[in-house]
Amino acid sequence: MSEHIVSLKIYVSIFLALLVGTALTVWAGLHDFPGQLNVIIALTIAVVKATLVVLYFMHVRYSSRLIWVVFTSALFWLAILFALTLNDYWTRSWL
Amino acid sequence: MADSVAIEHEGSHPALQHHFENLEQQREAGTLGMWVFLVTEIMFFGGMFFAYTLYRTKYPAAFASASNHLSLTLGAVNTAVLIFSSFTMALAVYSAQTGKRRNQVVCLALTILLGLTFLGIKAVEYHDKYVDHLIPGRLLPSRPFDASDVHLLPGAAPQNVEMFYWIYFAMTGMHAVHMIIGVGLLSVILFFAWRGRYGPEYHNPVEISGLYWHFVDIIWIFLFPLLYLLGRHLEH
Repeated sequence: MSEHIVSLKIYVSIFLALLVGTALTVWAGLHDFPGQLNVIIALTIAVVKATLVVLYFMHVRYSSRLIWVVFTSALFWLAILFALTLNDYWTRSWL
Repeated sequence: MADSVAIEHEGSHPALQHHFENLEQQREAGTLGMWVFLVTEIMFFGGMFFAYTLYRTKYPAAFASASNHLSLTLGAVNTAVLIFSSFTMALAVYSAQTGKRRNQVVCLALTILLGLTFLGIKAVEYHDKYVDHLIPGRLLPSRPFDASDVHLLPGAAPQNVEMFYWIYFAMTGMHAVHMIIGVGLLSVILFFAWRGRYGPEYHNPVEISGLYWHFVDIIWIFLFPLLYLLGRHLEH
């Protein structure tokens, strides 16, 4: 698989999208949304920004399948770390 | 040992190591290696993000109060600075791929400069915390933690405000250490880029240093809303 060169236009668009995302997250953080919506909005914006960086700045979108597998395995193990440990902490008071 | 002379590839690129078939294979292997390292980094920071999640859900009012005391302006400016540095880093890789040596050197220098700007602003923030007696525990024996400068929201206990600051300093401190390493790494890359080592055929060191730099940027993309923005909406 030969190397793919991401165009300047894409780099500039991603850069602008990341700045807009930052402004959006600050704006959303100053507004009082009902319930847990504030956390959900903040994390959604962060995940979208991180995904843009991974796919375009880090070229994962154009990389081999192997890189995809290695990267998603990290997310998978992180999910295990959070899910199993939190289910212990959050249910301890039930005993 | 005349037998152990490395196998020479006829007319190959000087950067090609003898155990690789060609530059393409060498590039793939290097990139994969960097990603495996970044996976371990994700798990390393994951532990701290976990601690944050646990204590934030346990002491929501104290965490919101402590977070509101951080400077939103400095945090937001630093986020923009880091995103800008990721952009110049990406352009440095692009310049190497397209063989523009001058642009490559300029972009790398800019990235380093923006990284140092980030660290400078971070230092100002740490100093503000020092002035407000918010260095947790007795890390500074003459200046123990004192939450009296923090405006406590209903239900917030001072010792839990301290918990937030332990996590704040652990996470931003570890992030800053990664930034310092990144600046060191890019300085080496800048030196070789200036000497003209990287071009369209061979630029993997630029590429994988870039991966590391972007990774550190991603950590901050999560740290900024989680640490600086978690209780602003409760203030008014």
